[in-house]
Amino acid sequence: MLTDADYSAIRLTLELATLTTALLLLIGTPIAWWLARTRCWWKAPVSALVTLPLVLPPTVLGFYLLVAMGPNGFLGHFTQALGLGNLPFTFAGLVLASVLYSMPFVVQPLQNAFEAIGARPLEVAATLRASPLDMFFSVVVPLARPGFLTAAILSFAHTVGEFGVVLMIGGNIEGKTRVVSVQIYNHVEAIEYAEAHWLAGGMLVFSFVVLLAVNFFNPQRKLAQP
Amino acid sequence: MKHRIAKLLLALALASAGPALADEVQVAVAANFTAPMKAIAAEFEKDTGHKAQLAFGSTGKFYAQIKNGAPFQVLLAADDETPAKMEKEGMAVAGSRFTYAIGTLVLWSAKPGFVDDKGAVLAKGEFAHLALATPKLAPYGAAAMETLTKMGLVDKLQAKIVQGENIGQTYQFAATGNAELAFVALSQVIKDGKIGAGSAWIVPQSMHAPIRQDAVILASGKGNAAAEALMKYLRSAKATAVIKSYGYAVE
Repeated sequence: MLTDADYSAIRLTLELATLTTALLLLIGTPIAWWLARTRCWWKAPVSALVTLPLVLPPTVLGFYLLVAMGPNGFLGHFTQALGLGNLPFTFAGLVLASVLYSMPFVVQPLQNAFEAIGARPLEVAATLRASPLDMFFSVVVPLARPGFLTAAILSFAHTVGEFGVVLMIGGNIEGKTRVVSVQIYNHVEAIEYAEAHWLAGGMLVFSFVVLLAVNFFNPQRKLAQP
Repeated sequence: MKHRIAKLLLALALASAGPALADEVQVAVAANFTAPMKAIAAEFEKDTGHKAQLAFGSTGKFYAQIKNGAPFQVLLAADDETPAKMEKEGMAVAGSRFTYAIGTLVLWSAKPGFVDDKGAVLAKGEFAHLALATPKLAPYGAAAMETLTKMGLVDKLQAKIVQGENIGQTYQFAATGNAELAFVALSQVIKDGKIGAGSAWIVPQSMHAPIRQDAVILASGKGNAAAEALMKYLRSAKATAVIKSYGYAVE
């Protein structure tokens, strides 16, 4: 069955995924809104930048984060100046990495949802003298609800499933940076297959349920599309 | 287009079927032994005409792959437990196992002059992170913990320890400066017989149980001439000279 170390890893993973998802909804919503509405030439490079984690191997992201967040990296200089120290081997470091890593899984569904609304409802709201903020919360958010749900679920699930990046910058510290995927890897490497099965099987069921939920909330969405 | 792909596949199939299989041996090599094994394999090919195809990785992963039919004929493990276990489980040829290298542990820092030649820097504790390989998985990690235990520093340093999944990653933590200190393999930091960069303390062998790395012929390599030749070659004077030059001891 599951050991204390396994439970600790599960708890940490859920905390990481929850925090990452909350932060990403805050950061990703304005980015997605801007991408959906703008005609500025900046759109293409920003869109490509946001999508990068989808195509980059986690080793690339993990390695560059390790270098950038280290004592000689630009992020490291910045966090040291703020008196925060360096981010590798800390929970905050994992959160930052996960936000970058899961960004496309929030921005893309939101952008699609915003684009699907079109200009018409907004024009109508404007003629009724709704302020931009009022318009966003009274018109856009309700209409884009499936997009928000999909974004939240995918971001949460993707962060739970993250492996390469956390392995490379986490330092494998129990209760601080050792998440479920790393714990499974440790079990497999230590030839503890029974323990690995409990966690890995749980992960499999969890992922299936999550994808099922995405389809349930958003029936038009195809599973294959991230 | 389809035609061209078919042709290409045919060419590939013919090319891979070309060389006589008996003269080739697929070797799974522990990651810490990468550099010396590359040098040895080149010499082996020159001296015997056999070809050694090398794959590098962690011993635990190799165990899983071999158990599931990976086509390796020889395993050069990072420990002595996995080969013994494989022999017991019938995955390896009984009696073929021997220690090809004994690892040397070093305490290393990328900063020059940071590590003294007695390891007193550990007790001073003027650092934020000490990296070591996961003790449960990596023999070098286990040896590092043994050393800390012997020095009576485990409790004091526990909160500063960060774990790499293997010594390759552990070295990376230290090389990028994120950990000021790391327990790694001497083979990783040695260059032309000396510590290449930074500063290091070569941990005396008396501080921990020997890090024995065993080689074994796998079940699929039974009767393979190249596999047997390689095992013999690993014990030759030429190969042991290479192994020693990378900071390993031999029996």
